[in-house]
Amino acid sequence: MAIQITVFLENRPGRIQTIANILKEKNLNILAFSIQDRGEFGLMKIIVDKPEQARLALSERGMACAAKPVFAITAADRPGNLETLTTALAKKNINIKDAYGFVSPADKQGICYLEVENPQGADLGRLLAEYGFTLIADKDLYDL
Amino acid sequence: MEVRYWNQHLETLPQSELRQLQLERLREVVGYALQTPFYQKRLKKAGIVSSEDIRSLEDLKKIPFTVKDDLRQAFPKGLLAVEMDKVVRIHSSSGTTGVPTVIYYTADDLDRWTDLLARSIVATGVGPGDVFQNMMSYGLFTGGLGLHYGAERVGLTVIPVGGGNTQRQIQIMRDFRTTVLHITPSYLLHIHQRLPEFHLTPADLNLKKAWMGSEPHSENTRLKLQNLFGIDIYNSYGLSEMNGPGVAFECVYKNDMHVWEDGYLIEIINPQTGEPAEEGQEGEVVFTNLIRHAMPLLRYRTRDLAFLHPEPCPCGRTSRRMSRITGRTDDMLIINGVNVFPSQIEEVLMSIPEVGTNYQIHLSRHEGLDRLTVKVELYSKLFTGDLSHLESLKTRINDKLRASITINSRIELHEPGSLPAFEGKAKRVVDEREKL
Repeated sequence: MAIQITVFLENRPGRIQTIANILKEKNLNILAFSIQDRGEFGLMKIIVDKPEQARLALSERGMACAAKPVFAITAADRPGNLETLTTALAKKNINIKDAYGFVSPADKQGICYLEVENPQGADLGRLLAEYGFTLIADKDLYDL
Repeated sequence: MEVRYWNQHLETLPQSELRQLQLERLREVVGYALQTPFYQKRLKKAGIVSSEDIRSLEDLKKIPFTVKDDLRQAFPKGLLAVEMDKVVRIHSSSGTTGVPTVIYYTADDLDRWTDLLARSIVATGVGPGDVFQNMMSYGLFTGGLGLHYGAERVGLTVIPVGGGNTQRQIQIMRDFRTTVLHITPSYLLHIHQRLPEFHLTPADLNLKKAWMGSEPHSENTRLKLQNLFGIDIYNSYGLSEMNGPGVAFECVYKNDMHVWEDGYLIEIINPQTGEPAEEGQEGEVVFTNLIRHAMPLLRYRTRDLAFLHPEPCPCGRTSRRMSRITGRTDDMLIINGVNVFPSQIEEVLMSIPEVGTNYQIHLSRHEGLDRLTVKVELYSKLFTGDLSHLESLKTRINDKLRASITINSRIELHEPGSLPAFEGKAKRVVDEREKL
């Protein structure tokens, strides 16, 4: 499973830059990120190549951050794939807490990060395989 | 100017007779005080073991001051002087650090208090035929019920609507041709701003007068509100420790507030030394409640700053007048008429593990009402990364705060280390409300 770092940020200019700067100083590479806006604050969710190093670097600077497992799923870039994925989850009554996805136009590859309630890694992996999706292996995500 | 009295004899009692009456009543309440565990100990130390030990008003100075903290220490019954079955009413406030303070009244206490409110009402030229809309909160706060019973005693038509719900307030004012309000200055201003929505101007209403209390305000605010509505506005003063409203009230001359000295013995002291302030000089107001037997309070330090006018008032009343409150000796905040201490907020915040050590109390005013925003830092070690936890944390902080200070606040979450860290307490409060 992928490790997502969630950082608590005040909603004011320069906060994301601060995070980006901390990661840059440690030479950490951002694979994906998204931001949830909640008025006076927001949550920045980041997938980086070395999650534990990132968490430590942010904590050292006093940032409120947490690491949690999420699923990184690849799928071919074609119509109906999100429908197929969510049908699989709905049938098993799996609730999605948070998700973000995108397609890399160059290699026609869709990637989706998925946080679910009560994650049971192995089961979900099998379920996704049945529907033609692949969980990205940790070695492909991270420089170990 | 027409001057009306409720009890002409007492209101115009010559000073010497007033002092004699005060002495008699002081001896009586010292007798009751000696029935309480709190004062028994304290008065004995001061050499007072019976009401006979009070021979003149000068002997008052032998009695040590009572402070707010004493009320908390004595909670719940350390200051109760009568059997509980004689107590017919309880009022309470939240206190500065979570321990509430409580006030007990016998039926006779309420009767004497109500009479001073009737006196206050009549002093402002209000009487039977007037329609009184009481916009102060009812409940444990004394502001609502106090004036309510006073007004019924005088014979006004009382509309006990309580605070808030501006639309209903305006409808009632229009439908029942309300002539008198009991209201805070900021709310009266708000009502004025809302009138156009209902296609009304002050001239369409039948308002004649308002009693204004619970919030400090300047003479300019009074004049402005009087002009906006075309009414007469009278300042009032009270505190639950001295029963509630009706401790001091303006008469028709609107030249500061007559202290009902037969009910409340007033002293003005230097808050640093505890010595009497020079005549006419500003100092801390100290009251002895001369009319409450269920729960006597002797030489109670109000923390309010004011001064006394020694010269007589043209209305003929012999009681002295006190100025409006010019300040406080502590950091108490008044938010929509409710007294709040920063320490209450701090205590709640520090009981919540997810909250860091720095916080800021922010006060602003929107549509005539005060808004309390509490900014807190997230404690980084307990951050889970879940948005739902943050939302429920905000709700939990507000719920716990409301349980302590009785009012709602907006909670803002901030990054650890982002709020200014202050040495002293006072700077944790940012008050952006326009001075009234």
